[in-house]
Amino acid sequence: MPEPSVTLTGATAPVVGYDVSLVRGDFPILERRIGERALVYLDSANTSQKPRAVVEAVSRHYLEHNANVARAMHTLGGEATEAFEGARAKVARFIGADGSREVVFTKNASEALNLAAHTLGSRIGPGDEIVVSVLEHHSNLVPWQLLAERTGAVLRWFDITADGRLDLERAAAEGLINERTKIVSVAWVSNVLGTVNPVREIAALAHRAGAHVVVDGSQGVPQLPTDVAALGADLMAFTGHKMLGPTGVGVLWGRYDLLETLPPFLGGGEMIEVVRMTGSTFAKPPARFEAGTPPIAQAVGLGAAIDYLERIGMENVAAHEQRVTAYALERLQSVQGVTILGPTEAVDRGGAISFTLTTADGTEVHPHDVMQLLDSRGIAVRGGHHCARPLHERLGLTASSRASAYLYTTEAEFDALADGLDYVRNFFGGSR
Amino acid sequence: MSVEAMYQEIILDHYKAKHHSGLREPYQAQVTHVNPTCGDEVMLRVALDGDRVADVSYEGVGCSISQASTSVMTDLVIGKPVDQALALLEEFTQMMHSQGQAEPDEDRLEDAVAFVGVSQFPARVKCAMLGWMAFADAAAQAMTAERKEAE
Repeated sequence: MPEPSVTLTGATAPVVGYDVSLVRGDFPILERRIGERALVYLDSANTSQKPRAVVEAVSRHYLEHNANVARAMHTLGGEATEAFEGARAKVARFIGADGSREVVFTKNASEALNLAAHTLGSRIGPGDEIVVSVLEHHSNLVPWQLLAERTGAVLRWFDITADGRLDLERAAAEGLINERTKIVSVAWVSNVLGTVNPVREIAALAHRAGAHVVVDGSQGVPQLPTDVAALGADLMAFTGHKMLGPTGVGVLWGRYDLLETLPPFLGGGEMIEVVRMTGSTFAKPPARFEAGTPPIAQAVGLGAAIDYLERIGMENVAAHEQRVTAYALERLQSVQGVTILGPTEAVDRGGAISFTLTTADGTEVHPHDVMQLLDSRGIAVRGGHHCARPLHERLGLTASSRASAYLYTTEAEFDALADGLDYVRNFFGGSR
Repeated sequence: MSVEAMYQEIILDHYKAKHHSGLREPYQAQVTHVNPTCGDEVMLRVALDGDRVADVSYEGVGCSISQASTSVMTDLVIGKPVDQALALLEEFTQMMHSQGQAEPDEDRLEDAVAFVGVSQFPARVKCAMLGWMAFADAAAQAMTAERKEAE
């Protein structure tokens, strides 16, 4: 196992010394060139890159320990089960869960949120209210829309303020959360605006009204130290691939006393207790929610990702994120024609920075065109609505460009982005 | 091929000054097509005069490729018999799926030949096809409407 790539220099950095060049050494893909140019990967909110330790853990699992879990009783089956359950224990510790039994493996955050919507949905009826926010990713919106359609419940949402934060005042004035509210589901960190939402405050309001609280932790868990008890959630979804892990594994965390009362989601192998032709009884959580062969190697990879993040320390990851984001916000605001969506200061703000770009004659350069020209300079950003179309509509936009950082991102990469945006602006502004 | 070469002058010119833009009356069919990954949209109307495309009018939001391609398409199909317009659509579609290998006939495709470079960027092919697919849909609906009227 490679040694952790962090040194403690302590001199200039605000929290602790953090040697980003050593971290980068653990990510072979960051050496890549795109045509003639060095890769500048600013799309980590989309998916993170993987350190060698994660890739090796996955391949070692397949090459040395591969077998099915739980149902395979032989030696390899035992090893695979131990590795899979070991990963579950690591996830539980990483997020401050009350033991492994609170951690359900899914294929991604979307499946985890669908699981939440289906199982909590068993208690929802006509006239009940479900509350989300206008800044949600489609994965924390569409499952609730579908639930509302199935049950006759009403979907309501938090609006945002001009600076891209949830409008709690307006919500209070409108009685958004009230005695009819049964579920409140919000993102911890916005994947577009970067806003860190006051989940704890919202959870307290929701609990006072007797509602369950679901948190989409997809952008929060990779970046911030996580303590589910402190967040105040009842259920929280997140995904492995945005936190250095493989694709194909996600997590639904739930308070055990709640999980225990929820019905199954998908039916199939290993989620049962006794199956008869006339009916079945079901396993206790988390097995109840894990029908079929789970993502075994992917969970093992996620365990290795957590080992890596813990060796660096989530406080250090968060501090680096904060520092790079503050730099990026300042640098991008100095580029002519750039307008940043969401908070422009790195306070209660994650590392996703979405923006629009306008040429000298006032024409907006479409994010597809921004993305394409930046790509020709080796810079990877995302252009589109980032699976948050209602938020873009709310902002009066069709799409935006988004740059996002992670523990391997450097300030120099945002310099390259800023220079690239100048070039894009001139290209479409006619002064090329 | 470089991305700068993909964005040919023809494409940028059409993007900056779209031909036949705006929604007009009369028309027999109106459709809205979207590119779900980016939210780009075009609302497009087709007016037929017998078997001839009398007018194509549209309003849309989108990237330079989708907007320019729609503009070029209207130049090509307005005034032509529907079957010829659909044959051009077929040629354009083939070119867009050629991954840069096609040698398009400039006499037939005119400004649309500029998009052969775009076909090397798979993520952008959908952008170039947006307006054309909307035209195919609207033309089919307009023909059905004409036939019903004739009955």
